[in-house]
Amino acid sequence: MIAQILFLILLGVSAFFFARRIGEIRRNIKLGRDIDRSDNSSERWKTMFMVAIGQSKMVKRPIAGILHILVYVGFILINIEVLEIIIDGLFGTHRVFATLGAGAIYDFLIGCFEILAFLVLVACVIFLVRRNVINIKRFHSKEMTKWPKSDANIILVTEVLLMFALLSMNATDAILQERAATMMASGQEVSETLSHYIEAGSFPVSAWLVPLYDGMSVDALMTTERFMWWFHIIGILGFLVYVPYSKHFHIFLAFPNTYYSKLLPKGELPNMEAVTNEVKLMLDPNADPFAAPAPDPDAAPIKFGAKDVQDLTWKQLFDSYTCTECGRCTSVCPANQTGKLLSPRKIMMDTRDRLDEVGKGLENGAPKDDGKSLLRDYISEEELWACTTCNACVEACPVNIDPVSIIIDLRRHLIMEESKSPESITAMFNNVENNGAPWAFPAADRGKWIEELNS
Amino acid sequence: MSEYIKVPTMAEMMASGEVPEVLFWVGCSGSFDDRAKKITKAIVKILHRAGVKYAVLGAEESCTGDPAKRAGNEFLFQMQAMQNIMVLNGYGVKRIVTGCPHCFNIMKNEYPELGGNYEVLHHTQFINELIKDGKLQITDGKSFKGKRITFHDPCYLGRANDVYEAPREALQTLDAELVEMRRCKSKGLCCGAGGAQMFKEAEPGNKEVNVERTEDALETKANVIATGCPFCNTMMTDGVKNFEKEGSVEVKDIAELIAEAGDLL
Ligand code: SF4
Ligand code: SF4
Repeated sequence: MIAQILFLILLGVSAFFFARRIGEIRRNIKLGRDIDRSDNSSERWKTMFMVAIGQSKMVKRPIAGILHILVYVGFILINIEVLEIIIDGLFGTHRVFATLGAGAIYDFLIGCFEILAFLVLVACVIFLVRRNVINIKRFHSKEMTKWPKSDANIILVTEVLLMFALLSMNATDAILQERAATMMASGQEVSETLSHYIEAGSFPVSAWLVPLYDGMSVDALMTTERFMWWFHIIGILGFLVYVPYSKHFHIFLAFPNTYYSKLLPKGELPNMEAVTNEVKLMLDPNADPFAAPAPDPDAAPIKFGAKDVQDLTWKQLFDSYTCTECGRCTSVCPANQTGKLLSPRKIMMDTRDRLDEVGKGLENGAPKDDGKSLLRDYISEEELWACTTCNACVEACPVNIDPVSIIIDLRRHLIMEESKSPESITAMFNNVENNGAPWAFPAADRGKWIEELNS
Repeated sequence: MSEYIKVPTMAEMMASGEVPEVLFWVGCSGSFDDRAKKITKAIVKILHRAGVKYAVLGAEESCTGDPAKRAGNEFLFQMQAMQNIMVLNGYGVKRIVTGCPHCFNIMKNEYPELGGNYEVLHHTQFINELIKDGKLQITDGKSFKGKRITFHDPCYLGRANDVYEAPREALQTLDAELVEMRRCKSKGLCCGAGGAQMFKEAEPGNKEVNVERTEDALETKANVIATGCPFCNTMMTDGVKNFEKEGSVEVKDIAELIAEAGDLL
């Protein structure tokens, strides 16, 4: 009974912290500007099925991709066993699904989970080696020190421990099942607690662990089994609370994030509507500037581009929380590969970190002026100007994140709000404006090649 | 071949009451840059040979606004776009062939919302179409037998618009061997010029992007690096010079290669 109450409290506390953090993230994302991504739902579902559920972009790098699929499938399926553990915890039952009848199915499922748990364990160990021993460049960039580096390792070590606990729990359970059965067969009295260990499940993997625990007494075995059970479930609840603070939150957000992907061609950079309206007025010789409706004095002044996170769209902010920090984008970025400061992964991490900072300092739901902004305090002009808008990062991202759109929005702010650009870019603007070409050639010379053609 | 070629402008066509099938949008590089002008001339010769009824805008053409837009100057972009759209719509243009993937991308994707609705093709797509339709035969000119050609995907044609096959199909009509770089198609590496980089110095780093990309191309042991973009062409040409390979490796636009094969140049 005490165990049940304790379990209930643990469950409640972790659910509370999880929900609180989800609320924070929701609130932060809603600080972003509106953008309509509700169209074309069939195409959106398709994208989600392919990219998130089907992991189509993960397997472009086969080693990491296949290992990741193991962990992903393992994670989803082992949840069935977690559900059983939760029911057992709440109602004081033991292996409740086994008592539902259909023992063969139960045996089969437990067998599958064991194999998956083992594969997850192996994959996580390989991931740890890849991150910490083998020198894979994308795991050792500047932005991957300190917390982001520990974050990845914490998650992997936790998963290894959880899987080990699960298998140990099964191993001790199997021994106890056998002992209870032999005792009963030989007419010995079986204590009530021991009689809980009904024969259920098949243990193709944890059978290997049996020699580790076989020498123990029944009491010691029961203690170990309970310890592993609690360790495993507390670990999982801890994981639940931890995940939304971690890059690991992509396990939930990858699905909606791919659903809300940009469906336009990658090269299409949507036009800014506010600018269209102004340009139309400027170009229309009949437009009467006084005929325009008087500006609404309460309306927020139009801001062009983005200086801080709240000037970005909610989708760009959603992207930042979905980023897995895998660095695939950065590893294909031409600027980054040639030693420039720009790293598209850092653009996403900066956006997320700044958004968290803004979110913490909200006053009455609105961002307060803390004298900082995404531009400059997090992302420098030098980074922005190194981007070639080649879209390699967008192509590579396994969860369809679009770092270029943030880069362009920050550039838009620099140009349209601050008139700040490298000198040669300013010169290019002037040339386009005056000569209709980015170089200082007179427009009249545009046809010169035609004369040259026949000479 | 020194046949006289008359390049009609839209204004002339209109004056004589004619309507061209396509407008050839030359682009700023193709109009002003000496190297890119050669590509423009090759395209025109192909159009002429294939009997395409085309016209150019001549002095009425103006920058599409791409470098301004990618550098963050949406105002300047939209000013350019709307003025161009007025001209294009004034002539009732329906189909456009561009000599540059940046012009192609912006006119195809970003002009419609501003009132410019056209069918826009990149020149490699159009050339491929002409070959497939049997309108362009290219057998009488230079032979590429024994040569290795590698194609560098322009970002704004490939990743940006998923056009990977048309340029390759056009190249396959040459009797050369087409070899792919380690990073090609959707994984192709940028030449370093896009997003207005063409108009500024690169940021501090330890290498130039075009040098990195040229290494990929040289690795294939190709004799010809084929391009489909005047900016890529400049970048790859500079890259080849950087390795002092200009004696053995040529950088040519697909239009030029096709024109050579058809003895048009
Ligand atoms: S679009 Fe910009 S940030 Fe993304 S890979 Fe290309 S250069 Fe890097
Ligand atoms: S943006 Fe995408 S590719 Fe880049 S680190 Fe984040 S998840 Fe990985």
